Amino acid sequence: MKDLISNINKVFESRVRLGIMSVLMVNDTYDFNSLKETLSVTDGNLASHLKALEEKGMIRVNKQFIGRKPNTSYSATEAGIVDFQQHLKALENLIRTQ
Amino acid sequence: MENNSKSIEDIRTIRRIMEESSRFLSLSGLSGVFAGGFAIAGALVAYFLVLKNGSIHYDEYFRSLSVKEITTIRWQLIADAVIVLSLAVLASLFLSIRKAKLAGKNFWTPVSKRLLINLLIPLLTGGLFIIILLVQNQPWLIVPGMLIFYGLALVGAGKFTYNEILYLGIIEIITGLLSALYPDLGLLFWIFGFGILHIIYGLVMYRKYES
Repeated sequence: MKDLISNINKVFESRVRLGIMSVLMVNDTYDFNSLKETLSVTDGNLASHLKALEEKGMIRVNKQFIGRKPNTSYSATEAGIVDFQQHLKALENLIRTQ
Repeated sequence: MENNSKSIEDIRTIRRIMEESSRFLSLSGLSGVFAGGFAIAGALVAYFLVLKNGSIHYDEYFRSLSVKEITTIRWQLIADAVIVLSLAVLASLFLSIRKAKLAGKNFWTPVSKRLLINLLIPLLTGGLFIIILLVQNQPWLIVPGMLIFYGLALVGAGKFTYNEILYLGIIEIITGLLSALYPDLGLLFWIFGFGILHIIYGLVMYRKYES
């Protein structure tokens, strides 16, 4: 039992972080506003979860300008992809054994 | 046990978000039906009004006309095709925006942009190619060209929307290649490729996902 849960990653416990990672698993990059709309969360909420994921090295931030407007987009790091896949596996195992 | 239902809920959310963020699912099946209807109407206009009930075998018919008459007919056919295209595009935009709104989703997303770019590259290439065919006076390859480039555009777009679009694309390509083998029957292949196939596709999609 312990083994199964050990792969459940605390970093991904929140629904918002789960959502961010899900989007970045299937899209090379995704910008802030589109993430906000896809996940229907507030600016502040999204920003704080993005910050947390960035600090854990799960995602990468790319800042650039499109014309004059600043545009921030995000992508998953290699480590983020591996960790998230392990988290998914752990979730599936948990369901299967209970 | 509580853990279990939370995990199931988590996985369900992950799956939904992955799908919604990577595929444009607001494409309405009804737009296929409309596009097909416009295509058939356009073909009938071409046959009865522009070609004046002339034989569907262009070559024989054109051989009996003067150069000036042929030029007029060509322009009328081009106008006919452009009107059909505009109506079909407008109808599918309208229906898809409406479908997105009804579902409370955004129409303009990173995925729909990617879908559009992947559609437009082969479509614009095809459009330019067809203009070149007209300028070079090679009209018999126009219908095959339209079908083939359209099919390629759909195959490219398949990754970003419903998978079924990919199959429609492949059938359009095959239809286009066949029509190149039978250049006399261009109008019939046009009716099949742009009319009948679209209507069948639209009805299947509508019944599968929307009703």
